[in-house]
Amino acid sequence: MRSMPGLNCTRVMAVAGRGVISLVCLIGMLGAAPAAEVQVAVAANFAGPFEKIAADFAAETGHKAVFAVGATGKFYAQIKNGAPFEVLLAADDETPKKLVAESEGVAGSQFTYAKGKLVLWSAQPGVVDDKGTVLARNGFAHIAVCDPKLAPYGLAAEQALKASKLYDTLKPKFVTAESIAQAYQFVASGNAEVGFVALSQVAVPGKPQQGSYWIVPTNLYEPIQQDAVLLKKGETNPAASALLQYLKGDKARAVIRSYGYEL
Amino acid sequence: MTLPDIDTSSVLLTLKLASVTVLLLLLVGTPIAWWLAHTRSRLKGPIGAVVALPIVLPPTVLGFYLLVLLGPHGAIGKLTQAAGLGLLPFSFAGLVLGSVLYSLPFVVQPLQNAFEAIGPRPLEVAASLRAGPWDRFLSVAVPLARPGFVTATVLGFAHTVGEFGLVLMIGGNIPGKTRVMSVDIYNHVEAFEYAQAHWLAGGMLAFSFIILLILYSFNAKPRAF
Repeated sequence: MRSMPGLNCTRVMAVAGRGVISLVCLIGMLGAAPAAEVQVAVAANFAGPFEKIAADFAAETGHKAVFAVGATGKFYAQIKNGAPFEVLLAADDETPKKLVAESEGVAGSQFTYAKGKLVLWSAQPGVVDDKGTVLARNGFAHIAVCDPKLAPYGLAAEQALKASKLYDTLKPKFVTAESIAQAYQFVASGNAEVGFVALSQVAVPGKPQQGSYWIVPTNLYEPIQQDAVLLKKGETNPAASALLQYLKGDKARAVIRSYGYEL
Repeated sequence: MTLPDIDTSSVLLTLKLASVTVLLLLLVGTPIAWWLAHTRSRLKGPIGAVVALPIVLPPTVLGFYLLVLLGPHGAIGKLTQAAGLGLLPFSFAGLVLGSVLYSLPFVVQPLQNAFEAIGPRPLEVAASLRAGPWDRFLSVAVPLARPGFVTATVLGFAHTVGEFGLVLMIGGNIPGKTRVMSVDIYNHVEAFEYAQAHWLAGGMLAFSFIILLILYSFNAKPRAF
């Protein structure tokens, strides 16, 4: 009731006509907490947990988080061109930093909401063992990696392969995805036998694990520190600051942890 | 102004893809158009509708179905694997197949219109002069349908050059193999590399304009009959 007073009123008015009832509704709407909407740009690896968090957030505060999912680098370009996002949940800490420096982000609002983990994943069980030896064996035709210019997980994958001295041998087998969501889809559909994705995509709480994966040792790549930042467009929106506050709370952090992120 | 670092492989690849696609489309599309123009079969409606589908459907629908069908669990994917061809997604052959489907109506429809415009008379006259079916087709129908062939070739080529959604979904963005111009431009824009995007996009704009200019100048000429 509380989350959608407007809708209820319209329905009641349509049924019962005008008069006393609409007056009651009007008073009801004025009395309810001012529910607002916040436009969020969410890094593709965080789509799963954010869906849950947004639902909890709406239930608790009445605010609605409307979100778009994509690669962090793409969001950067869109924000620079006036996209109406009010909050960015990036897959790195560089992009929010850059946005703050370029006055697109609100200074002091940046914080780390999750630390991501890179995995090598195959939709087939038994293809990827717990040491990732499939990489050195080179027994596949395609490996899905996301564009390092657009997606921080792509950059991490590149670093991991370079650290393992496998980058040059495997480069010809790269299929480049524009976001981690597309990398996941390339592997899930079986068109690429293996691919680098985020742990949060393959270790979804409550869902049976699909295929096989190897959590890439964190010493092979720069930490994926995922930062949130309030954008200039959301500076005066109470729902935007409420969302960022909510992300720091215990309930949201529990959801984030359940997807395999560190905090 | 210095030229930014542009990967010309995407330009060459696009031209190669469009050329191969148009050649195949003329081979496949001409019999289909001829049949559609002359048949009295009840199948004319359904086949004509299937050919026209790519005009209506978003390329993403085509891309999605191709990805599923050509993938290892799809019917065509199993077939190509059994035939030792491997899987078509992420390959040039896969892009050619997608482009042929995607641009089919742009080749078939102008040809069909051209064949229909000829009417039965010239072919009947040729037949009464003892010209065989092939002879009638090659020395009467094809010359008379010449504007249709020009339109079909130009539209098929240009439409393939402009293809984007489909390639994005089944291409995998591999330099030299599946990274065509439209995808390259998209990537540059997304990565905020506007200088490169400008060069490629401007080139494409000029190219498309010239193609259409040629087409319209050619078709504006008065017909001989």
